[in-house]
Amino acid sequence: MSVFLDHASTTGLRESARLALTQALELVGNPSSVHSQGRTTRELLETARDQLATACGANRSEIIFNSGGTESDNQAIKGIYWARHKQDSNRNLIITATTEHHAVIDPVLWLEASQGADVAYVKLLEGGMIDISDLENIIQDHHSRIALITLMWVNNETGVITDIPKICEIAAKYEIPVHSDAVAAFGHIPIDFAASGLAAMSLSGHKIGAPIGVGALVVARSQKPTSLIHGGGQERSLRSGTMNYPLAAGFAAAATEAIAQLASEMERLKGLRNYLEARVVEIVPGVVFTSAKAMRADYNSHLVFPGTQSDAMLFLLDQEGICVSAGSACQAGVLGPSHVLAGMGYSPELASACIRVTLGSTTTKSDIDSFLIALAKVHPIALKATPA
Amino acid sequence: MRVLAAMSGGVDSAVAAARAVEMGHEVIGVHLALSRMPGTLRTGSRGCCTIEDSMDAQRAANKLGIPFYVWDFSERFKLDVVDDFIAEYQAGRTPNPCMRCNERIKFAALLERGLSLGFDAVCTGHYASIVDDGAGNLELHRSLAMAKDQSYVLGVLNAKQLEHSMFPLGATASKDLIRQEARDRGLSVANKPDSYDICFIPEGDTRDWLKDFVPTDPGKIVDTEGNELGEHDGHVGFTIGQRKGLRIGKPAADGKPRYVLEIRPKTKEVVVGPEAALEIAELAGARYTWCGKAPEAPEQEFACEVQVRAHGDTVKALAAVVDDELRITLVEPLYGVATGQTAVVYLGTRVLGQMTIDSTRSKVSSGV
Repeated sequence: MSVFLDHASTTGLRESARLALTQALELVGNPSSVHSQGRTTRELLETARDQLATACGANRSEIIFNSGGTESDNQAIKGIYWARHKQDSNRNLIITATTEHHAVIDPVLWLEASQGADVAYVKLLEGGMIDISDLENIIQDHHSRIALITLMWVNNETGVITDIPKICEIAAKYEIPVHSDAVAAFGHIPIDFAASGLAAMSLSGHKIGAPIGVGALVVARSQKPTSLIHGGGQERSLRSGTMNYPLAAGFAAAATEAIAQLASEMERLKGLRNYLEARVVEIVPGVVFTSAKAMRADYNSHLVFPGTQSDAMLFLLDQEGICVSAGSACQAGVLGPSHVLAGMGYSPELASACIRVTLGSTTTKSDIDSFLIALAKVHPIALKATPA
Repeated sequence: MRVLAAMSGGVDSAVAAARAVEMGHEVIGVHLALSRMPGTLRTGSRGCCTIEDSMDAQRAANKLGIPFYVWDFSERFKLDVVDDFIAEYQAGRTPNPCMRCNERIKFAALLERGLSLGFDAVCTGHYASIVDDGAGNLELHRSLAMAKDQSYVLGVLNAKQLEHSMFPLGATASKDLIRQEARDRGLSVANKPDSYDICFIPEGDTRDWLKDFVPTDPGKIVDTEGNELGEHDGHVGFTIGQRKGLRIGKPAADGKPRYVLEIRPKTKEVVVGPEAALEIAELAGARYTWCGKAPEAPEQEFACEVQVRAHGDTVKALAAVVDDELRITLVEPLYGVATGQTAVVYLGTRVLGQMTIDSTRSKVSSGV
């Protein structure tokens, strides 16, 4: 049996979510139907909307259920860009950072390549945090041209936390909408949509124990993004498609449970993460904790082992039954250097030598110990396997 | 043994891996990512480098119940194979990139990485056999399936590489049997078409592909007397023995077709002449290696057979090492041999060694 320490990639289905999902699957009825069975499933969907809204501090009408984080990011970024650009054709500048997830970077690059958008990347401080003063300068110099700001709440690789409320406060002076990919934040650190000042926020279900294939875009009522998917307008005229009440119910159940356990889980995982890092440095004294100097989420430990290659480390750890990850792999399965570390100024060698260990609700101290034993065994081999 | 099965996504390497598993080895499948171009830019399946091939390899590994990984050798591949390929053409030679890939990637970079990660051997789907000579020396031999024999492109392997190589398909009589076995094993790649082209030249047109890397550099097409017959827009991509695409306006005096006899990068001249002038009497090269145990007295001329193309005929020859060069005197004729090509020396079915051809001596005119 392998040890799963890759909870940021996906995590196991929570029992509460399984129950909500399977019970909903027993029902028959399109939530848009006017008959009794339609009303039953509609009620299930709207209850899920209430629960998710409560879990993330939003109004129920701000929750747009969809297929997940990637769709949410695409809808938010393209939708807000199109709407703002339509209002004022001077607005074609998108502010983001090089450390964003591909679900953000790729839509931004697409807008740049095919829709005439310009992109400005905010500088990063040591440890990968956003340089707020650089952001202020960009806003001051270009506010009339800015279509939107998109910055993730918690970095999926390094766990670095961005002060989203602070950024929204700065942007609010010029009424610039801010979108945040909160996929790696929701259920892991306290977040409150209403208090944040965000225009839009992306959420994903499977990162918190819901099934894969469901997420939500939280859109402030003041915002009118242009729709990405047309065909009935079931979700607030923004997102079309038959409403997936079983997945929504599963997502809401998982979110409710995750938020109820948030404070205690944060404390527990922080203890395990600190234990892990204290022991890792004894095993490999040269290890680099990439986000040690930043505010970071407690379920994540992002490590660089100089002189190794991520793919060799992952292979060797996998052989020992340890599931962890590194930077993102391309479609063919090739691990490239981490674009997040490259964005933070790491050399290609170091950006290709990282390992991400992420903990979840099922993680125990014994899992960490298994990782440490495996690390001590494989690290010397990985060093040796790196070509000079 | 712990065996690293290189899985291209094709039927041969999948069956080879399956046989290694069946032999009782601990097998791990690895797909080599060789192309720097994202697979999404490619259409169709070309034997390596593409997403489809990576997925096909993974499906086969899953079917065999073995772990599977994709390892990135694209940087090494670009440096050692693609750049070498371009440089060789620029120098007026005709390289064999599959051979370079075996020499520098599959049985060098991959093997070294495998050994340092605790593996004992690399297993591939090449059609060739490794045979023990009875005295503990390993020899590389042609495969039983002569039509598919790939011993030529493995001629670069030395004794140490042979020790750590495994070619489970060598004793199979035909490719049809491999396909049948793949079907019987439920491998989804059983009917996947063979790949013939150079994997990094998706359209199969080498000359056209080279245009992106080598600037147009017009020069003259001349005959062996130096008479100008026409012009070309770059000597790179011409191959000795080439007949098509010369675009010479006027016919030869004897009305017979003309062939590329020589490429002179310094003067940008491409020399053409009659077919008879392509007949080669002697080959020589300083870059030669022995495949397995070296002959005891290579300086004494010995009878052998030589092959200069992956699927070319074998001809009788006499070989000897003279002044640090391997010199091969042909007993039977060979036509249109280019410098840069590899000559593989056989003793019957055994691969004795190989050399990169530095010079050739024609039967009718002076050598190059």
